Amino acid sequence: MAQTITFGDSCAPITCHAWNKDRSQIALSPNNNEVHIYEKEGNDWKQTNNLVEHDLRVMGIDWAPNTNRIVTCSVDRNAYVWTQGEDGKWTTTLVLLRINRAATCVKWSPMENKFAVGSGARLISICYFEKENNWWVSKHIKKPIRSTVTSLDWHPNNILLVAGSADFKVRVFSAYIKDIEDQPGPNVWGSKLPLGQLLAEFPNTQSGGGWVHSVSFSADGNKVAWVGHDSSINVADATQGKSVIKIKTEYLPFLGCHWISNNSIVVAGHSCIPLLYCHEGNSLKFVAKLDNTQRKESGGLSAMKKFQSLDRQARIETNDTYLDSIHQNAITAINLYKGSKAGADKFSTSGLDGQLVIWDLRSLEKTMDGLKIV
Amino acid sequence: MAKNTSSSAFRKIDIDQYNEDNFKDEEAEQSVPTGPDEGDVCAYLNQGRYVDALKLVLSNAPLGSSDQQVKDNALALTLKVLLAIKSAQIEEAVAALSQEDVDILMKYIYRGFEYPSEGSSGHLLLWHEKAFSIGGTGSIVRVLSDRMKV
Repeated sequence: MAQTITFGDSCAPITCHAWNKDRSQIALSPNNNEVHIYEKEGNDWKQTNNLVEHDLRVMGIDWAPNTNRIVTCSVDRNAYVWTQGEDGKWTTTLVLLRINRAATCVKWSPMENKFAVGSGARLISICYFEKENNWWVSKHIKKPIRSTVTSLDWHPNNILLVAGSADFKVRVFSAYIKDIEDQPGPNVWGSKLPLGQLLAEFPNTQSGGGWVHSVSFSADGNKVAWVGHDSSINVADATQGKSVIKIKTEYLPFLGCHWISNNSIVVAGHSCIPLLYCHEGNSLKFVAKLDNTQRKESGGLSAMKKFQSLDRQARIETNDTYLDSIHQNAITAINLYKGSKAGADKFSTSGLDGQLVIWDLRSLEKTMDGLKIV
Repeated sequence: MAKNTSSSAFRKIDIDQYNEDNFKDEEAEQSVPTGPDEGDVCAYLNQGRYVDALKLVLSNAPLGSSDQQVKDNALALTLKVLLAIKSAQIEEAVAALSQEDVDILMKYIYRGFEYPSEGSSGHLLLWHEKAFSIGGTGSIVRVLSDRMKV
């Protein structure tokens, strides 16, 4: 069903995580300026590297599967591209982001020749490699972003980029860099694609309210899903005249969303439980809670438990603090573990409780009544 | 040593106004909502059609209005309706509302707690319990996150 992994003795929250191509290694940040790399050995995960270059908290990590490069960004306004030498050591390449606020999120483009960094400077830096100087330079998308960029996702065509922002808007931009790629053809979102061209803008609510926590392009690139702080889940469809379907849920706000097939979305957040929603025609429907864990019976008060609880939740009493879920605190990140956006088999979630959970959709489909992923 | 450390007046200076690309709210050009009509609501109340009165005040809530007086009038009227409905009928009344209206109801319940009158808070807590059972925590989160205040 679901496999839980904790890394080392640390109970620190996991800010974000990223897998390598064959999922034998994971990069994660324990809520500080470090990025830890763990490698699977049998059933154990062993730390092999510690990437220390940032001065402040790491906000985003992305691991390019094919070129095996890691990009990290941080509150210290920097991003670094890490490449692994033959001795297994990771070395950095400088990225010139040219921002004066924290970098909040980072994503490799599908072709891995550029990446996008969102920041509190109300702009997105599109970065590409400049051979002459051996560094990554950036071009900015500024207008009309009016607040911190909280989340990014690339269209499969390597050109379009969707960004969610704290100004309650989701925007689709062209991130075409003419220095490194060929002129793109038209697509459903638009035909004129100079860098920074705004192709669509969706308000999370008409009047503002609920900043955007996470955005995701569907596998075919025609749909955008996002979640906001008003506990809503939204889908905009470019083939349906960019119409938006919004549902306001009865749960706490979601922090992450991810397409797992062309019609299904997994969302997770402050409620600590991943939920499955299905987009069909003109409606967005709740399908299932993917975590049916029952409350654990607490077996007495051991010293170990006492200190664990003190560390994780800052309280001594262990009784009645367990949630009816695997994650014991908010889930902050969702990534695919096996399969693609067009048809995922497994996905992973990490959160403030320091746990990483791998969810097997195929076995969930078998064991849960009425669960059908389309 | 700084001389005037005890004064905290500097904290009230709006430093953002000196920033050239200061965030300004988009002024949504809307027809100015005037709130629910008091006569209609009272007529419903007198006829004992409490659920209709509730629906009327919620669907005409002056959410987008910038006039505090209009909002306060609507709040007073809504509280009048909420307090007129008997405890036993609350569940039925909440069940008859759309999801959108439950969110607005929740906003009024929290606003109502700001201006307690004799016995009102206890009654509003009952409303809160029923509204919560329909709208869940999402409804409360939307009271906090939405900028369309009642």
